[in-house]
Amino acid sequence: MSEEKHHVVPYRVYVLVLLALLALTFASIGITSIEMGEFTVAAALVFACIKSYLVLIYFMHLKYDKKYIAAMVAFVFILFTVVIVITFLDYLFR
Amino acid sequence: MEQNAHGEHIHYDAEASKIGMWLFIFTELLLFGGLFIVYSIYRYLNPEAFHLAAEELNTTIGAINTVLLLVSSMTIAMSTTTLQLKKKGATLALLAVTTLIGLIFLVNKYFEWGTKFDHGIWPGSEHLLNDFSQGEILFFGLYFVMTGLHALHIVIGLIIILVAAWQVHKGTVNENRAALLENSGLYWHLVDLIWIFLFPLFYLIH
Amino acid sequence: MNYMQKEHAANEANYLTYKGKYKGFLGWIFSTDHKRIGLLYLYSIMTMFSVGVLLGLAMKFELLAPGKTIMEAQTYNATFTVHGVIMIFMVVVPGLPAVFGNFLLPIMIGAKDVSFPKLNLLSWWLYILGVILVLSAIIFGNGAPDTGWTFYAPYSFKTGTNLLPAIFGAFILGFSSILTGLNFLVTIHRMRCPGMKWSKLPLFVWTLYGTAWIQLLATPVIGITLVLVALERLFGVGIFDPALGGDPILYQHLFWIYSHPAVYIMILPAMGAISEIIPTFSQKQIFGYKAIIASTMAIAFVGYLVWGHHMFTAGMSGTAQYYFSLLTFIVAIPSAIKVFNWISTMYKGSINVQTPLYWAASFIFVFLVGGLSGLLLGSLAANVHVHDTAFVVAHFHYIVFGGTGFAFFASIHYWFPKMFGRMYDKGWANAGWLIFFIGFLALYSPMFYLGMMGMPRRYYDYMDEFHGGNILSTFGSWILVTGFLIIIINLIRSARKGPKAEMDPWHGKTLEWTVTSPPSLENFDEIPVIAEDDGPYNYK
Repeated sequence: MSEEKHHVVPYRVYVLVLLALLALTFASIGITSIEMGEFTVAAALVFACIKSYLVLIYFMHLKYDKKYIAAMVAFVFILFTVVIVITFLDYLFR
Repeated sequence: MEQNAHGEHIHYDAEASKIGMWLFIFTELLLFGGLFIVYSIYRYLNPEAFHLAAEELNTTIGAINTVLLLVSSMTIAMSTTTLQLKKKGATLALLAVTTLIGLIFLVNKYFEWGTKFDHGIWPGSEHLLNDFSQGEILFFGLYFVMTGLHALHIVIGLIIILVAAWQVHKGTVNENRAALLENSGLYWHLVDLIWIFLFPLFYLIH
Repeated sequence: MNYMQKEHAANEANYLTYKGKYKGFLGWIFSTDHKRIGLLYLYSIMTMFSVGVLLGLAMKFELLAPGKTIMEAQTYNATFTVHGVIMIFMVVVPGLPAVFGNFLLPIMIGAKDVSFPKLNLLSWWLYILGVILVLSAIIFGNGAPDTGWTFYAPYSFKTGTNLLPAIFGAFILGFSSILTGLNFLVTIHRMRCPGMKWSKLPLFVWTLYGTAWIQLLATPVIGITLVLVALERLFGVGIFDPALGGDPILYQHLFWIYSHPAVYIMILPAMGAISEIIPTFSQKQIFGYKAIIASTMAIAFVGYLVWGHHMFTAGMSGTAQYYFSLLTFIVAIPSAIKVFNWISTMYKGSINVQTPLYWAASFIFVFLVGGLSGLLLGSLAANVHVHDTAFVVAHFHYIVFGGTGFAFFASIHYWFPKMFGRMYDKGWANAGWLIFFIGFLALYSPMFYLGMMGMPRRYYDYMDEFHGGNILSTFGSWILVTGFLIIIINLIRSARKGPKAEMDPWHGKTLEWTVTSPPSLENFDEIPVIAEDDGPYNYK
């Protein structure tokens, strides 16, 4: 229950992350205008995942917090992914 | 300050509040997760219909909204730094910018939905039911539910930010008791995260 | 190391008699004390359980003879729907965590309260609000919901009955559950007393931890599913409507993605309580402390992966059916491990024959029967034969009523002296248990047979050849209720007038037995410090 003095994140880090996020956003707009069939949605989701990772790690401070919080976050995303994969076991093979 | 049943002051535990907010965020992720499951199944089953229906959406407005939310995430993240550096004025300014951006997002959403309504497209509308294929009806059902629920969470987030800003103004949230501001930021980032996935799934189907 | 708190002078206030800012009744419903909140849940849950029992009795009376006995089909449909909604959402899901988790968790980890006491009170208030909303669905509008507690699409948005308040009530009850889970998780992470490492936590606390994760992560899925049904009824959004391209089976997926993990919310704390009771009345360390923890976490996780076994005949792909059946068999393994551990604990123990042990031992029996019948249901070929028959009804009543219910009764008798500072009448308690148990077996065992012979569930009528089994079952319900009345009346009288109980009547080994009976407002005068060489259950 100690008062941990937080690591103070410099503004520069936040600005750089925003620039990366903006770049990824425009990249995803660009890449999805190329007709690639099923891979288009995969590409869009890959970009979304990278953007989410940046938001989680830097904006939401997971990089600077105790590791167990990041472990919980990872667990939740993994659980969700597993559930969605299992659901597709039904629809993919009907 | 939190008091127990005896009226004694409970020790401020920032980490407990942080875990509490993260746990709540997990519930929100799973709440929207259910909708993403529905979306992914129906998109898999109706690929052409989703492509067709998505052409009704305006990619530019979607992109603008995405940029807006990303910027607002940066501004609220910065406010935690300014608070740590005891810059109360800057903190309040950043929170004000965040709030303003959130409001602009809602205004954009209002016009987007308005355009749909003008074209006769809303859940259960005659035009939708009579003139669109089943897959397109599903697309629009999901569009209204998911962006609507997201907009509701923007509103909730704005309220939380305003509460935090008020406490910053009063001084009860400061560099030694920063939990409320940081956790408000976490909630706002969640709202941003959801949009990061909504944007490509609804607006980037070409 | 002796952790015994000092006995307080008789005139010092305990949590029951303490007078704070609010007086009397208000002092209870506005209390943020986890012990009072635990009792508030106890009274609310037992009340709703009684309502559910009455509905069950009505159903059994209808089934006493073929054809209409006391009600028409529509009424029967509404009765089993409301019976299910009450029992699931208002009794067994909140159940042990809300009552015993709230009361005992802080004490067991050496804390004065949970991390967020006001949020805890809010959880109870939301519970009451949810109850009122669901009950209003019965009283107002076009009649009580008749969809079954599962609210399957498309009927759930086509039925003319009053579904929206029931859905909204269930949503609010879910929120109550989420907040309790959240509170417990933070409490266990942040409020353990010095020296109380994870490896020294009582097993009941471990199961509350696993349960809390399920409450947190699974409940939102049913939340959004219910919202979608409501939106369908209000706006015709079309998500699950086949006429608009929707897939009703997708509704079932989303529904069971919560509702299967929900049964682990029901059973894990029950197993945790049994894991406390059996060692105490065997006066012996639990066999395989680490194995029970590992199997608890395994059940919590794997429990997320098996939901499709409720849907084998719905129309899923063969691949999905095969996968879900396989995972269902796998999830049975950690449960079996626990049964082995409990029995091994009793072996060569010094058995203290008391009411909680009767309940715990009979729990093992009914849980075993329920679990084995679950394996039968998990086998694809057998499932086709017994799905939606009385066999399923027998299975889940054995495992939920038998499992969670028996564990609840075991717990209330075990922790009764601590909670009320008085001892219950043991003669009446044991008589109540025996009558209840006999009634339970008579009520549910015939359903296994009836189901295999082909009697469908959720029908108010049946063919003549099922008459005999139904008569036995209905008689069983009357015997069971008699036992229940004996138990309840005994507990209520004993709480008021029973002989005063000591601090540690059962020679238990967890921290709650080191505080006064009943505990003081803040549980501990001094927060205990657990010594390095004290293992779990050595706190004496």
